[in-house]
Amino acid sequence: MIPAWQRKDGRKGIRNVVAVCYLVECAHHVARRIVDRIGAPDVQLIGFPGCYPNAYADKVMRAIATHPNLGGMVIVSLGCESFNRAGLAKAVRESGRPVETLVIQEVGGTAATIAEGIEAVERVRAEADRAERTEMAVDELVIGTVCGGSDGTSGITANPAVGRAFDRLVGEGATCLFEETGELVGCEAIMADRAVTPELGEALKESVAKAERYYTVMGFGSFAAGNAEGGLTTQEEKSMGAYSKSGSSPISGIVKPGDVPPAGGLYLLDVVPDGEPRFGFPNISDNAEIVELIACGAHIILFTTGRGSVVGSAISPVIKICANPETARRLAADMDIDAGRILEDAATIEDVGTEIYNRTLAVAKGEHSVSEALGHQEFILTYKSFEPIGPGCLPTRAGAA
Amino acid sequence: MSAILLHPEDNILVITAAVKPGDTLVVDDTSLTVDAAIGVGHKIARRALEPGDKVLKYGAPIGSMTQAAAPGAWVHLHNMKSDYIASTTRDAVEQRTSS
Repeated sequence: MIPAWQRKDGRKGIRNVVAVCYLVECAHHVARRIVDRIGAPDVQLIGFPGCYPNAYADKVMRAIATHPNLGGMVIVSLGCESFNRAGLAKAVRESGRPVETLVIQEVGGTAATIAEGIEAVERVRAEADRAERTEMAVDELVIGTVCGGSDGTSGITANPAVGRAFDRLVGEGATCLFEETGELVGCEAIMADRAVTPELGEALKESVAKAERYYTVMGFGSFAAGNAEGGLTTQEEKSMGAYSKSGSSPISGIVKPGDVPPAGGLYLLDVVPDGEPRFGFPNISDNAEIVELIACGAHIILFTTGRGSVVGSAISPVIKICANPETARRLAADMDIDAGRILEDAATIEDVGTEIYNRTLAVAKGEHSVSEALGHQEFILTYKSFEPIGPGCLPTRAGAA
Repeated sequence: MSAILLHPEDNILVITAAVKPGDTLVVDDTSLTVDAAIGVGHKIARRALEPGDKVLKYGAPIGSMTQAAAPGAWVHLHNMKSDYIASTTRDAVEQRTSS
């Protein structure tokens, strides 16, 4: 069993993080100073930079603020920004967690708010430490996967190995999330065949068609220069490799950022905004996707990389699986698992899939992932707009009702 | 062996260790001479490819040829393209922003 923290909504966490959350860029420095002065790995900085309100950002921030890995929160507001700070504080309080709010314009400026903030964090932390302890089973875990810095090895080694780990986790009742519909362009037909209902299959195809329309307006696919340098030539080639992270389980549903899947199984997280493109690229960097996976309840993120990404995340640990044997040697101190061994005939995809599964459980039980131990706590949340998911997207919930 | 065939229907191979021009690879009894210095993860033609041919990897189409390629030739942005969204390189971004 996995030692865990019991939350009042019934979910269980594998970490007990206190987040210091700034609600506009103008409060970022004060919030960062509070976190830096405390200097504890479980006190982490998150935030939103914009002054204008956004329903998506509000929903994702509330989902993060009530995530099972979170034990409490200190909110840092400048005072005049549009973010609904009272609504956020209320959501945290009603979830049974300690929360304090500091408004820089009321407290009396930078130094005063940093000083008060440090005291507020200590109070919140003391209360978070008293949270009820429990145990959790594999079928209560939510695991997300993302790829970043992909190259021509990603789709041959690390991604299919994550797929094997996902198959085992889903088989044992866990909830697994894969994402980035822009990196499924070209895979829509084979993916739709795995849907648990024909309506869901149509919704999966539509989510990819939406991504293709959106990216076409942006003028770029989900394809960076480094992808080409690493041997990938086209969007659909990158997609085929990315798609293999999903494994071979049936697809149980589609969720959008901030929606928590209703039961165990494999889900697609649709990260591409609905409607006319308004706020720019769907995901400006890998951490934007990681934040959305966490907002859907992910306790741990499995991150595959060929070119060599070093990022981690606030709130939920990130496990790094390196696809390329040359990168695995060059960036060895940043990687949890070397899947490049598959290319050098030193391991099979099954072997690496088992390693990923074992590492996932070890990190769930409290072992630090490499990025976590290095202090990586990236977090980015910006503007988007979404409609609620369509009626065919969660057939298991409809069946249960 | 420093190239692999991912699917029996594929018309490309994936390089698994860096190669240089003139290197000969033997994969499934077929001998191929590489025409370029390319790194891990890149593709070479398994057989002669003509403009318009679908490029097959994992048994699935990943784009179309824009130029002919002999067996062993490097297959990349210079001789194939996406059937969906054009790929972008750093140079192309420079041209866009400077124009």
